[in-house]
Amino acid sequence: MDCDGQNGKDVVIDCCINDLHYGSFKAVRDTHIPIKKQKITAFIGPSGCGKSTVLRCLNRMNDIVRGFRFSGHVHFGGRDIYHPSIDAVAVRRHIGMVFQQPNPFAMSIYNNVAFGLRLNRYKGSVAEKVEEALKRAALWNEVSDKLQKSGLSLSGGQQQRLCIARAIATDPKVLLMDEPCSALDPISTRKIEELMLELKTHYTIAIVTHNLQQAQRVADETGFLYVDTSEGGRTGYLVEFGDSKQIFEDPQQQHTKDYIGGAFS
Amino acid sequence: MAVIGGQLKPDLPAKFAGDSNMPGQINVEELEKSLLKPRTIFNQLLIVFVTVLTLTALVPLFSVLWMLLWKGGHNLSLAVFTQLPPSPMEEGGGFGNAILGTFVIVSIASMISIPIGVLTACFLSQSETGSGLASTVRFAAKVLTGFPSILAGVFAYGALVLTMGGYSAIAGGVALSILMLPTIVLTSEEAIRMVPKKMKEAAIGMGATDTQLMWMVLLPTAIPGIMTGVMLALARAAGETAPLLFTALFSNYWLGSSGHIDLRQPTASLAVLIYNFAGAPFDNQTSMAWTAALILVVMVLISNLIGQLFSRRQIN
Repeated sequence: MDCDGQNGKDVVIDCCINDLHYGSFKAVRDTHIPIKKQKITAFIGPSGCGKSTVLRCLNRMNDIVRGFRFSGHVHFGGRDIYHPSIDAVAVRRHIGMVFQQPNPFAMSIYNNVAFGLRLNRYKGSVAEKVEEALKRAALWNEVSDKLQKSGLSLSGGQQQRLCIARAIATDPKVLLMDEPCSALDPISTRKIEELMLELKTHYTIAIVTHNLQQAQRVADETGFLYVDTSEGGRTGYLVEFGDSKQIFEDPQQQHTKDYIGGAFS
Repeated sequence: MAVIGGQLKPDLPAKFAGDSNMPGQINVEELEKSLLKPRTIFNQLLIVFVTVLTLTALVPLFSVLWMLLWKGGHNLSLAVFTQLPPSPMEEGGGFGNAILGTFVIVSIASMISIPIGVLTACFLSQSETGSGLASTVRFAAKVLTGFPSILAGVFAYGALVLTMGGYSAIAGGVALSILMLPTIVLTSEEAIRMVPKKMKEAAIGMGATDTQLMWMVLLPTAIPGIMTGVMLALARAAGETAPLLFTALFSNYWLGSSGHIDLRQPTASLAVLIYNFAGAPFDNQTSMAWTAALILVVMVLISNLIGQLFSRRQIN
Protein backbone atom coordinates (compact mmCIF):
# COMPACT_ATOMS: atom_id res chain seq x y z
CA MET A 1 0.00 0.00 0.00
CA ASP A 2 1.10 3.55 -0.49
CA CYS A 3 2.67 4.91 2.62
CA ASP A 4 4.55 7.76 1.09
CA GLY A 5 1.61 10.04 0.69
CA GLN A 6 1.85 13.69 1.44
CA ASN A 7 2.29 13.78 5.17
CA GLY A 8 2.60 17.36 6.24
CA LYS A 9 5.34 18.46 8.59
CA ASP A 10 2.86 18.25 11.43
CA VAL A 11 2.74 14.46 11.35
CA VAL A 12 4.45 13.16 14.51
CA ILE A 13 3.90 9.47 14.00
CA ASP A 14 3.43 8.06 10.56
CA CYS A 15 2.13 4.56 11.09
CA CYS A 16 2.16 2.28 8.10
CA ILE A 17 1.39 -1.36 8.68
CA ASN A 18 1.55 -3.75 5.75
CA ASP A 19 1.12 -6.94 7.74
CA LEU A 20 1.09 -7.67 11.43
CA HIS A 21 1.20 -11.25 12.65
CA TYR A 22 0.96 -12.97 16.00
CA GLY A 23 2.55 -16.28 15.14
CA SER A 24 0.66 -17.52 12.11
CA PHE A 25 -2.35 -15.34 12.88
CA LYS A 26 -2.56 -12.25 10.71
CA ALA A 27 -3.99 -9.60 12.98
CA VAL A 28 -3.81 -6.43 10.92
CA ARG A 29 -3.12 -5.52 7.30
CA ASP A 30 -2.88 -2.37 5.20
CA THR A 31 -3.32 0.28 7.78
CA HIS A 32 -1.87 3.72 7.31
CA ILE A 33 -2.58 6.33 9.93
CA PRO A 34 -0.72 9.62 10.19
CA ILE A 35 -0.96 11.07 13.68
CA LYS A 36 -0.72 14.82 13.70
CA LYS A 37 0.92 17.04 16.23
CA GLN A 38 -1.27 18.32 19.07
CA LYS A 39 -4.31 16.64 17.66
CA ILE A 40 -6.38 13.81 19.05
CA THR A 41 -6.57 10.87 16.69
CA ALA A 42 -9.18 8.23 17.47
CA PHE A 43 -9.28 4.61 16.30
CA ILE A 44 -12.78 3.19 16.19
CA GLY A 45 -14.16 -0.10 15.01
CA PRO A 46 -15.87 -3.29 16.15
CA SER A 47 -14.31 -5.62 18.73
CA GLY A 48 -11.42 -7.66 17.39
CA CYS A 49 -10.66 -5.31 14.52
CA GLY A 50 -7.11 -4.75 15.74
CA LYS A 51 -7.38 -1.14 16.84
CA SER A 52 -5.60 -1.82 20.14
CA THR A 53 -2.99 -3.82 18.28
CA VAL A 54 -2.33 -0.90 15.98
CA LEU A 55 -2.07 1.47 18.94
CA ARG A 56 0.37 -0.86 20.70
CA CYS A 57 2.51 -0.87 17.59
CA LEU A 58 3.17 2.81 18.04
CA ASN A 59 5.36 2.38 21.10
CA ARG A 60 6.46 -1.20 20.47
CA MET A 61 4.34 -2.65 23.27
CA ASN A 62 3.67 -5.58 20.97
CA ASP A 63 7.30 -6.60 21.27
CA ILE A 64 6.50 -8.35 24.52
CA VAL A 65 3.94 -10.57 22.82
CA ARG A 66 5.39 -13.88 21.65
CA GLY A 67 5.35 -14.46 17.93
CA PHE A 68 4.80 -10.83 17.05
CA ARG A 69 5.96 -9.98 13.51
CA PHE A 70 5.56 -6.73 11.71
CA SER A 71 6.08 -5.53 8.20
CA GLY A 72 5.82 -1.85 7.43
CA HIS A 73 7.16 1.09 9.32
CA VAL A 74 6.29 3.50 12.08
CA HIS A 75 8.06 6.78 11.57
CA PHE A 76 8.45 8.85 14.69
CA GLY A 77 10.17 12.17 14.14
CA GLY A 78 11.36 10.90 10.78
CA ARG A 79 12.93 7.66 12.04
CA ASP A 80 11.49 4.19 11.82
CA ILE A 81 11.06 2.90 15.39
CA TYR A 82 11.18 -0.68 14.07
CA HIS A 83 14.63 -0.15 12.56
CA PRO A 84 17.09 -2.62 14.16
CA SER A 85 19.21 0.26 15.47
CA ILE A 86 16.34 1.59 17.59
CA ASP A 87 15.98 0.71 21.29
CA ALA A 88 12.36 -0.13 22.08
CA VAL A 89 12.81 0.99 25.70
CA ALA A 90 13.88 4.46 24.58
CA VAL A 91 10.90 4.67 22.22
CA ARG A 92 8.50 3.98 25.08
CA ARG A 93 10.00 6.81 27.10
CA HIS A 94 8.98 9.25 24.36
CA ILE A 95 5.64 7.70 23.57
CA GLY A 96 3.68 7.16 26.77
CA MET A 97 0.74 4.87 27.23
CA VAL A 98 -2.47 4.77 29.28
CA PHE A 99 -4.19 1.42 29.48
CA GLN A 100 -7.75 0.17 29.49
CA GLN A 101 -7.67 -0.93 33.12
CA PRO A 102 -6.30 1.70 35.51
CA ASN A 103 -2.98 0.16 36.54
CA PRO A 104 -1.22 2.16 39.23
CA PHE A 105 1.69 0.45 40.95
CA ALA A 106 1.27 -0.84 44.50
CA MET A 107 3.14 2.17 45.84
CA SER A 108 2.33 5.68 47.03
CA ILE A 109 0.64 8.22 44.77
CA TYR A 110 3.83 10.26 44.80
CA ASN A 111 6.03 7.32 43.84
CA ASN A 112 3.64 6.32 41.09
CA VAL A 113 4.05 9.67 39.39
CA ALA A 114 7.77 9.83 40.14
CA PHE A 115 8.28 6.38 38.63
CA GLY A 116 9.07 7.54 35.12
CA LEU A 117 11.33 10.30 36.40
CA ARG A 118 13.33 7.75 38.37
CA LEU A 119 13.54 5.48 35.34
CA ASN A 120 15.13 8.36 33.50
CA ARG A 121 17.30 9.43 36.45
CA TYR A 122 15.69 12.85 36.32
CA LYS A 123 18.12 15.42 37.69
CA GLY A 124 15.81 18.28 38.63
CA SER A 125 13.27 18.50 41.43
CA VAL A 126 11.14 15.37 41.34
CA ALA A 127 8.59 16.87 43.73
CA GLU A 128 7.97 19.81 41.40
CA LYS A 129 7.50 17.53 38.42
CA VAL A 130 5.12 15.30 40.35
CA GLU A 131 3.01 18.28 41.37
CA GLU A 132 2.98 19.62 37.84
CA ALA A 133 1.93 16.28 36.37
CA LEU A 134 -0.81 15.79 38.95
CA LYS A 135 -2.11 19.30 38.27
CA ARG A 136 -2.13 18.66 34.55
CA ALA A 137 -4.00 15.44 35.11
CA ALA A 138 -6.58 17.39 37.15
CA LEU A 139 -5.91 15.22 40.18
CA TRP A 140 -3.84 17.52 42.37
CA ASN A 141 -6.75 19.00 44.31
CA GLU A 142 -8.00 15.55 45.23
CA VAL A 143 -4.71 14.03 46.33
CA SER A 144 -2.41 16.87 47.40
CA ASP A 145 -2.96 16.04 51.07
CA LYS A 146 -2.40 12.28 50.71
CA LEU A 147 0.51 11.87 48.35
CA GLN A 148 1.99 9.14 50.53
CA LYS A 149 -1.14 6.99 50.39
CA SER A 150 -1.22 3.98 48.13
CA GLY A 151 -2.22 4.63 44.53
CA LEU A 152 -4.51 1.64 44.84
CA SER A 153 -6.59 3.41 47.49
CA LEU A 154 -8.03 5.84 44.91
CA SER A 155 -11.29 5.34 43.04
CA GLY A 156 -11.23 3.94 39.50
CA GLY A 157 -11.51 7.33 37.82
CA GLN A 158 -8.85 8.82 40.07
CA GLN A 159 -6.59 5.84 39.42
CA GLN A 160 -6.91 6.42 35.70
CA ARG A 161 -6.04 10.10 36.09
CA LEU A 162 -3.11 9.00 38.25
CA CYS A 163 -1.97 6.80 35.38
CA ILE A 164 -2.27 9.75 33.03
CA ALA A 165 -0.23 11.88 35.46
CA ARG A 166 2.35 9.11 35.60
CA ALA A 167 2.51 8.96 31.82
CA ILE A 168 2.87 12.71 31.31
CA ALA A 169 5.32 13.32 34.16
CA THR A 170 8.22 12.52 31.85
CA ASP A 171 6.91 14.85 29.12
CA PRO A 172 6.40 12.30 26.37
CA LYS A 173 5.80 13.63 22.87
CA VAL A 174 2.85 11.38 22.30
CA LEU A 175 0.28 9.83 24.61
CA LEU A 176 -1.38 6.59 23.54
CA MET A 177 -4.66 5.76 25.26
CA ASP A 178 -6.13 2.30 24.92
CA GLU A 179 -9.85 2.58 25.76
CA PRO A 180 -8.99 4.69 28.80
CA CYS A 181 -12.61 5.14 29.88
CA SER A 182 -14.08 1.70 29.31
CA ALA A 183 -13.70 0.75 32.97
CA LEU A 184 -15.03 4.06 34.27
CA ASP A 185 -18.41 5.55 35.10
CA PRO A 186 -19.84 8.41 32.99
CA ILE A 187 -18.71 11.16 35.35
CA SER A 188 -15.12 9.94 35.44
CA THR A 189 -15.30 9.47 31.69
CA ARG A 190 -16.33 13.09 31.25
CA LYS A 191 -13.43 14.23 33.39
CA ILE A 192 -10.95 12.21 31.38
CA GLU A 193 -12.40 13.58 28.13
CA GLU A 194 -12.09 17.15 29.35
CA LEU A 195 -8.58 16.33 30.42
CA MET A 196 -7.72 15.01 26.98
CA LEU A 197 -8.89 18.23 25.36
CA GLU A 198 -6.66 20.18 27.75
CA LEU A 199 -3.68 17.89 27.28
CA LYS A 200 -3.97 18.39 23.54
CA THR A 201 -2.29 21.77 23.91
CA HIS A 202 0.92 20.05 25.06
CA TYR A 203 0.79 16.54 23.73
CA THR A 204 -0.22 14.55 20.73
CA ILE A 205 -2.83 11.96 21.63
CA ALA A 206 -3.94 8.75 19.96
CA ILE A 207 -6.92 7.02 21.50
CA VAL A 208 -8.68 3.73 20.93
CA THR A 209 -12.32 3.83 21.88
CA HIS A 210 -15.44 1.72 21.66
CA ASN A 211 -17.54 4.73 22.32
CA LEU A 212 -18.49 6.56 19.13
CA GLN A 213 -19.79 9.58 21.00
CA GLN A 214 -16.47 9.83 22.75
CA ALA A 215 -14.59 9.83 19.47
CA GLN A 216 -16.98 12.43 18.16
CA ARG A 217 -16.57 14.61 21.23
CA VAL A 218 -12.80 14.59 21.51
CA ALA A 219 -11.14 13.45 18.29
CA ASP A 220 -9.86 15.75 15.56
CA GLU A 221 -9.23 12.88 13.23
CA THR A 222 -10.69 9.41 13.22
CA GLY A 223 -9.72 6.13 11.63
CA PHE A 224 -12.29 3.38 11.20
CA LEU A 225 -10.98 -0.18 11.27
CA TYR A 226 -12.99 -3.19 10.26
CA VAL A 227 -12.52 -6.95 10.26
CA ASP A 228 -11.83 -8.78 7.06
CA THR A 229 -12.72 -12.47 7.23
CA SER A 230 -12.16 -13.22 3.54
CA GLU A 231 -8.79 -14.91 4.09
CA GLY A 232 -10.14 -17.20 6.79
CA GLY A 233 -8.85 -15.45 9.91
CA ARG A 234 -10.01 -12.21 11.41
CA THR A 235 -7.72 -9.58 10.01
CA GLY A 236 -8.26 -5.96 10.83
CA TYR A 237 -7.65 -3.20 8.32
CA LEU A 238 -8.20 0.49 7.98
CA VAL A 239 -11.36 1.27 6.05
CA GLU A 240 -11.41 4.99 6.23
CA PHE A 241 -9.40 7.75 7.81
CA GLY A 242 -10.09 11.42 7.91
CA ASP A 243 -11.37 14.42 9.73
CA SER A 244 -13.71 13.29 12.53
CA LYS A 245 -16.47 15.56 11.25
CA GLN A 246 -16.26 13.97 7.83
CA ILE A 247 -16.08 10.40 9.17
CA PHE A 248 -19.12 10.84 11.37
CA GLU A 249 -21.23 13.03 9.12
CA ASP A 250 -20.25 12.01 5.65
CA PRO A 251 -18.52 8.61 5.63
CA GLN A 252 -17.37 7.55 2.21
CA GLN A 253 -17.28 3.80 2.69
CA GLN A 254 -20.30 1.54 3.12
CA HIS A 255 -18.77 -0.27 6.15
CA THR A 256 -18.19 3.05 7.88
CA LYS A 257 -21.73 4.19 7.15
CA ASP A 258 -23.11 0.95 8.61
CA TYR A 259 -20.97 1.16 11.71
CA ILE A 260 -21.64 4.82 12.43
CA GLY A 261 -25.31 4.28 11.71
CA GLY A 262 -25.41 1.47 14.25
CA ALA A 263 -26.14 -1.30 11.77
CA PHE A 264 -23.66 -3.48 13.64
CA SER A 265 -21.29 -3.07 16.50
CA MET B 1 -46.61 -33.38 31.37
CA ALA B 2 -48.36 -33.72 34.66
CA VAL B 3 -50.67 -30.87 34.01
CA ILE B 4 -53.06 -30.83 31.16
CA GLY B 5 -55.18 -27.86 30.58
CA GLY B 6 -54.26 -26.42 33.94
CA GLN B 7 -55.79 -29.38 35.81
CA LEU B 8 -53.85 -31.92 37.86
CA LYS B 9 -54.35 -35.49 36.74
CA PRO B 10 -55.87 -37.15 39.81
CA ASP B 11 -53.87 -40.41 39.50
CA LEU B 12 -50.48 -38.72 39.65
CA PRO B 13 -48.63 -38.59 42.99
CA ALA B 14 -48.71 -35.17 44.55
CA LYS B 15 -44.94 -34.61 44.28
CA PHE B 16 -45.20 -34.31 40.54
CA ALA B 17 -47.28 -31.24 41.00
CA GLY B 18 -44.03 -29.30 41.19
CA ASP B 19 -42.90 -30.61 37.80
CA SER B 20 -45.54 -28.56 36.15
CA ASN B 21 -44.30 -26.60 33.19
CA MET B 22 -46.85 -23.96 33.97
CA PRO B 23 -45.01 -20.69 34.47
CA GLY B 24 -45.32 -19.33 38.00
CA GLN B 25 -46.32 -22.66 39.53
CA ILE B 26 -44.17 -23.58 42.54
CA ASN B 27 -44.74 -26.45 44.89
CA VAL B 28 -44.03 -24.72 48.18
CA GLU B 29 -43.79 -27.98 50.11
CA GLU B 30 -40.59 -28.86 48.26
CA LEU B 31 -38.87 -25.86 49.75
CA GLU B 32 -39.44 -26.95 53.34
CA LYS B 33 -36.65 -28.41 55.43
CA SER B 34 -36.94 -32.04 56.32
CA LEU B 35 -34.40 -34.02 58.30
CA LEU B 36 -35.71 -37.25 56.88
CA LYS B 37 -34.80 -36.68 53.29
CA PRO B 38 -31.92 -38.96 52.24
CA ARG B 39 -29.82 -36.10 50.96
CA THR B 40 -30.18 -34.22 54.25
CA ILE B 41 -29.14 -37.29 56.25
CA PHE B 42 -26.18 -37.95 53.96
CA ASN B 43 -25.13 -34.34 54.21
CA GLN B 44 -25.25 -34.35 58.02
CA LEU B 45 -23.29 -37.60 58.20
CA LEU B 46 -20.54 -36.26 55.98
CA ILE B 47 -20.28 -33.08 58.00
CA VAL B 48 -19.79 -35.09 61.19
CA PHE B 49 -17.28 -37.39 59.47
CA VAL B 50 -15.18 -34.54 58.11
CA THR B 51 -15.22 -32.69 61.44
CA VAL B 52 -14.05 -35.76 63.34
CA LEU B 53 -11.21 -36.42 60.91
CA THR B 54 -10.16 -32.79 61.04
CA LEU B 55 -9.94 -32.92 64.81
CA THR B 56 -7.98 -36.20 64.56
CA ALA B 57 -5.44 -34.45 62.36
CA LEU B 58 -4.89 -31.89 65.09
CA VAL B 59 -4.26 -34.53 67.78
CA PRO B 60 -0.53 -35.06 67.07
CA LEU B 61 0.23 -31.33 67.05
CA PHE B 62 -1.60 -30.59 70.27
CA SER B 63 -0.38 -33.69 72.09
CA VAL B 64 3.20 -32.79 71.22
CA LEU B 65 2.67 -29.21 72.35
CA TRP B 66 1.06 -30.44 75.55
CA MET B 67 3.94 -32.82 76.29
CA LEU B 68 6.47 -30.08 75.60
CA LEU B 69 4.76 -27.64 77.91
CA TRP B 70 4.26 -30.24 80.61
CA LYS B 71 7.73 -31.77 80.56
CA GLY B 72 9.77 -28.80 79.39
CA GLY B 73 7.87 -25.83 80.73
CA HIS B 74 8.91 -26.14 84.38
CA ASN B 75 12.59 -25.82 83.46
CA LEU B 76 12.08 -22.49 81.73
CA SER B 77 14.15 -19.78 83.33
CA LEU B 78 16.62 -17.11 82.39
CA ALA B 79 19.43 -19.61 83.01
CA VAL B 80 18.25 -21.63 80.03
CA PHE B 81 19.24 -18.75 77.77
CA THR B 82 22.45 -17.73 79.51
CA GLN B 83 24.12 -20.92 80.71
CA LEU B 84 25.98 -23.77 79.06
CA PRO B 85 24.65 -27.33 78.79
CA PRO B 86 25.05 -29.37 81.96
CA SER B 87 27.48 -32.27 81.97
CA PRO B 88 26.25 -35.65 83.25
CA MET B 89 25.32 -35.63 86.94
CA GLU B 90 25.46 -31.83 87.00
CA GLU B 91 22.34 -29.92 88.08
CA GLY B 92 20.92 -26.79 86.46
CA GLY B 93 22.53 -25.35 83.36
CA GLY B 94 20.97 -24.23 80.11
CA PHE B 95 21.62 -24.17 76.41
CA GLY B 96 22.29 -20.54 75.52
CA ASN B 97 25.10 -21.62 73.22
CA ALA B 98 22.74 -23.89 71.26
CA ILE B 99 20.17 -21.11 70.79
CA LEU B 100 22.90 -18.76 69.61
CA GLY B 101 24.38 -21.50 67.41
CA THR B 102 21.01 -22.20 65.78
CA PHE B 103 20.66 -18.49 65.02
CA VAL B 104 24.18 -18.32 63.57
CA ILE B 105 23.85 -21.44 61.43
CA VAL B 106 20.41 -20.45 60.14
CA SER B 107 21.72 -16.94 59.38
CA ILE B 108 24.60 -18.38 57.35
CA ALA B 109 22.10 -20.58 55.51
CA SER B 110 19.88 -17.55 54.83
CA MET B 111 22.75 -15.46 53.55
CA ILE B 112 23.50 -18.16 51.02
CA SER B 113 20.02 -19.29 50.05
CA ILE B 114 18.05 -16.01 49.98
CA PRO B 115 20.13 -14.17 47.35
CA ILE B 116 20.56 -17.25 45.18
CA GLY B 117 16.94 -18.29 45.61
CA VAL B 118 15.39 -14.89 44.91
CA LEU B 119 17.63 -14.22 41.91
CA THR B 120 16.80 -17.65 40.52
CA ALA B 121 13.12 -16.83 41.01
CA CYS B 122 13.63 -13.58 39.10
CA PHE B 123 15.10 -15.52 36.20
CA LEU B 124 12.38 -18.17 36.27
CA SER B 125 9.53 -15.69 36.48
CA GLN B 126 10.78 -13.75 33.46
CA SER B 127 11.57 -16.78 31.33
CA GLU B 128 9.24 -17.62 28.51
CA THR B 129 6.93 -20.59 28.84
CA GLY B 130 8.88 -22.83 26.48
CA SER B 131 12.33 -22.10 27.87
CA GLY B 132 14.30 -25.31 28.37
CA LEU B 133 16.73 -23.91 30.92
CA ALA B 134 13.93 -22.48 33.04
CA SER B 135 11.89 -25.68 33.09
CA THR B 136 15.01 -27.69 33.95
CA VAL B 137 15.80 -25.38 36.86
CA ARG B 138 12.19 -25.44 38.04
CA PHE B 139 12.13 -29.23 37.86
CA ALA B 140 15.40 -29.44 39.78
CA ALA B 141 14.00 -27.15 42.46
CA LYS B 142 10.91 -29.32 42.81
CA VAL B 143 13.05 -32.45 43.14
CA LEU B 144 15.20 -30.66 45.72
CA THR B 145 12.07 -29.91 47.78
CA GLY B 146 11.82 -33.57 48.64
CA PHE B 147 15.58 -33.99 49.01
CA PRO B 148 16.38 -36.14 52.08
CA SER B 149 17.94 -33.77 54.57
CA ILE B 150 20.58 -36.30 55.58
CA LEU B 151 21.94 -36.21 52.04
CA ALA B 152 22.35 -32.45 52.28
CA GLY B 153 24.42 -33.15 55.38
CA VAL B 154 26.52 -35.80 53.65
CA PHE B 155 27.07 -33.44 50.72
CA ALA B 156 28.27 -30.61 52.98
CA TYR B 157 30.40 -33.11 54.90
CA GLY B 158 32.15 -34.20 51.73
CA ALA B 159 32.40 -30.75 50.23
CA LEU B 160 33.34 -28.70 53.28
CA VAL B 161 34.05 -30.67 56.45
CA LEU B 162 36.65 -32.88 54.77
CA THR B 163 38.26 -30.07 52.81
CA MET B 164 38.24 -27.48 55.61
CA GLY B 165 39.61 -29.93 58.10
CA GLY B 166 36.78 -30.09 60.59
CA TYR B 167 33.20 -29.57 61.61
CA SER B 168 32.06 -25.96 61.42
CA ALA B 169 29.11 -23.57 61.57
CA ILE B 170 29.82 -22.72 57.93
CA ALA B 171 29.40 -26.33 56.83
CA GLY B 172 26.16 -26.49 58.84
CA GLY B 173 24.92 -23.32 57.16
CA VAL B 174 25.71 -24.66 53.72
CA ALA B 175 23.88 -27.92 54.43
CA LEU B 176 20.78 -26.04 55.62
CA SER B 177 20.94 -23.61 52.70
CA ILE B 178 20.51 -26.55 50.33
CA LEU B 179 17.29 -27.42 52.13
CA MET B 180 16.04 -23.82 52.14
CA LEU B 181 16.83 -23.07 48.52
CA PRO B 182 13.98 -24.88 46.71
CA THR B 183 11.26 -23.46 48.98
CA ILE B 184 12.59 -19.95 48.44
CA VAL B 185 12.92 -20.38 44.67
CA LEU B 186 9.45 -21.81 44.16
CA THR B 187 7.52 -19.48 46.47
CA SER B 188 9.38 -16.41 45.21
CA GLU B 189 8.74 -17.31 41.60
CA GLU B 190 5.07 -17.73 42.41
CA ALA B 191 5.01 -14.39 44.23
CA ILE B 192 6.63 -12.58 41.32
CA ARG B 193 4.29 -14.21 38.84
CA MET B 194 1.33 -13.12 40.96
CA VAL B 195 2.10 -9.46 40.33
CA PRO B 196 -0.78 -8.34 38.09
CA LYS B 197 0.10 -8.30 34.41
CA LYS B 198 -1.30 -4.80 34.09
CA MET B 199 1.35 -3.45 36.48
CA LYS B 200 4.02 -5.13 34.42
CA GLU B 201 2.58 -3.59 31.27
CA ALA B 202 2.47 -0.19 32.92
CA ALA B 203 6.16 -0.35 33.72
CA ILE B 204 7.10 -1.57 30.26
CA GLY B 205 4.91 1.13 28.74
CA MET B 206 6.79 3.74 30.76
CA GLY B 207 10.03 2.56 29.19
CA ALA B 208 11.38 0.42 32.02
CA THR B 209 14.20 -1.96 31.11
CA ASP B 210 13.89 -5.57 32.27
CA THR B 211 16.11 -4.80 35.25
CA GLN B 212 14.14 -1.69 36.22
CA LEU B 213 10.90 -3.63 35.84
CA MET B 214 12.17 -6.31 38.20
CA TRP B 215 13.85 -4.05 40.71
CA MET B 216 11.32 -1.19 40.87
CA VAL B 217 8.00 -2.95 40.32
CA LEU B 218 7.98 -6.75 40.48
CA LEU B 219 10.21 -7.35 43.50
CA PRO B 220 8.71 -4.59 45.70
CA THR B 221 5.21 -5.81 44.88
CA ALA B 222 6.16 -9.44 45.49
CA ILE B 223 8.10 -8.86 48.73
CA PRO B 224 5.33 -10.11 51.07
CA GLY B 225 5.07 -13.38 49.15
CA ILE B 226 8.83 -13.78 49.05
CA MET B 227 9.08 -13.17 52.80
CA THR B 228 6.45 -15.82 53.43
CA GLY B 229 8.54 -18.34 51.53
CA VAL B 230 11.71 -17.30 53.34
CA MET B 231 10.10 -17.64 56.76
CA LEU B 232 8.71 -21.09 55.92
CA ALA B 233 12.14 -22.20 54.70
CA LEU B 234 13.76 -20.80 57.84
CA ALA B 235 11.30 -22.62 60.05
CA ARG B 236 12.06 -25.88 58.32
CA ALA B 237 15.82 -25.40 58.42
CA ALA B 238 15.89 -24.48 62.11
CA GLY B 239 14.44 -27.84 63.05
CA GLU B 240 16.73 -30.03 60.95
CA THR B 241 19.02 -32.34 62.89
CA ALA B 242 20.47 -34.87 60.48
CA PRO B 243 22.41 -32.45 58.25
CA LEU B 244 23.89 -30.73 61.30
CA LEU B 245 25.20 -33.99 62.78
CA PHE B 246 27.49 -34.27 59.78
CA THR B 247 28.47 -30.65 59.57
CA ALA B 248 28.25 -28.39 62.61
CA LEU B 249 28.30 -31.28 65.08
CA PHE B 250 27.99 -29.86 68.59
CA SER B 251 29.96 -27.92 71.11
CA ASN B 252 29.60 -27.53 74.85
CA TYR B 253 30.98 -24.02 74.72
CA TRP B 254 29.97 -20.63 73.49
CA LEU B 255 30.69 -19.78 69.89
CA GLY B 256 33.18 -17.07 70.79
CA SER B 257 34.72 -18.76 73.83
CA SER B 258 38.20 -18.77 72.32
CA GLY B 259 38.22 -14.98 72.40
CA HIS B 260 36.84 -14.31 68.94
CA ILE B 261 33.91 -15.72 67.03
CA ASP B 262 35.20 -18.50 64.84
CA LEU B 263 32.71 -19.94 62.39
CA ARG B 264 35.14 -22.73 61.53
CA GLN B 265 34.61 -24.49 64.85
CA PRO B 266 32.04 -27.14 65.75
CA THR B 267 28.92 -25.26 66.80
CA ALA B 268 26.04 -26.14 69.07
CA SER B 269 22.47 -26.11 67.80
CA LEU B 270 19.12 -26.77 69.45
CA ALA B 271 18.27 -29.67 67.17
CA VAL B 272 21.49 -31.57 67.90
CA LEU B 273 21.25 -30.75 71.60
CA ILE B 274 17.82 -32.35 71.69
CA TYR B 275 19.17 -35.36 69.80
CA ASN B 276 22.08 -35.76 72.24
CA PHE B 277 20.20 -35.15 75.47
CA ALA B 278 16.94 -36.90 74.72
CA GLY B 279 18.63 -40.29 74.80
CA ALA B 280 20.94 -39.48 77.70
CA PRO B 281 20.51 -41.52 80.91
CA PHE B 282 20.64 -38.43 83.15
CA ASP B 283 17.41 -36.81 84.28
CA ASN B 284 18.68 -33.27 84.13
CA GLN B 285 19.84 -33.71 80.55
CA THR B 286 16.56 -35.31 79.43
CA SER B 287 14.53 -32.54 80.94
CA MET B 288 16.85 -30.02 79.25
CA ALA B 289 16.03 -31.75 75.96
CA TRP B 290 12.32 -31.18 76.61
CA THR B 291 12.89 -27.51 77.35
CA ALA B 292 15.09 -27.12 74.27
CA ALA B 293 12.37 -28.76 72.17
CA LEU B 294 9.83 -26.30 73.58
CA ILE B 295 12.07 -23.34 72.72
CA LEU B 296 12.68 -24.71 69.22
CA VAL B 297 8.97 -25.19 68.59
CA VAL B 298 8.26 -21.66 69.80
CA MET B 299 10.98 -20.29 67.49
CA VAL B 300 9.58 -22.18 64.52
CA LEU B 301 6.08 -21.04 65.43
CA ILE B 302 7.17 -17.42 65.58
CA SER B 303 8.84 -17.53 62.17
CA ASN B 304 5.75 -19.22 60.73
CA LEU B 305 3.56 -16.52 62.25
CA ILE B 306 5.76 -13.80 60.78
CA GLY B 307 5.44 -15.52 57.41
CA GLN B 308 1.65 -15.57 57.79
CA LEU B 309 1.65 -11.92 58.70
CA PHE B 310 3.46 -11.10 55.48
CA SER B 311 1.16 -13.19 53.33
CA ARG B 312 -1.89 -11.58 54.90
CA ARG B 313 -0.47 -8.17 54.13
CA GLN B 314 -0.03 -9.26 50.53
CA ILE B 315 -3.71 -10.11 50.23
CA ASN B 316 -4.70 -6.72 51.55
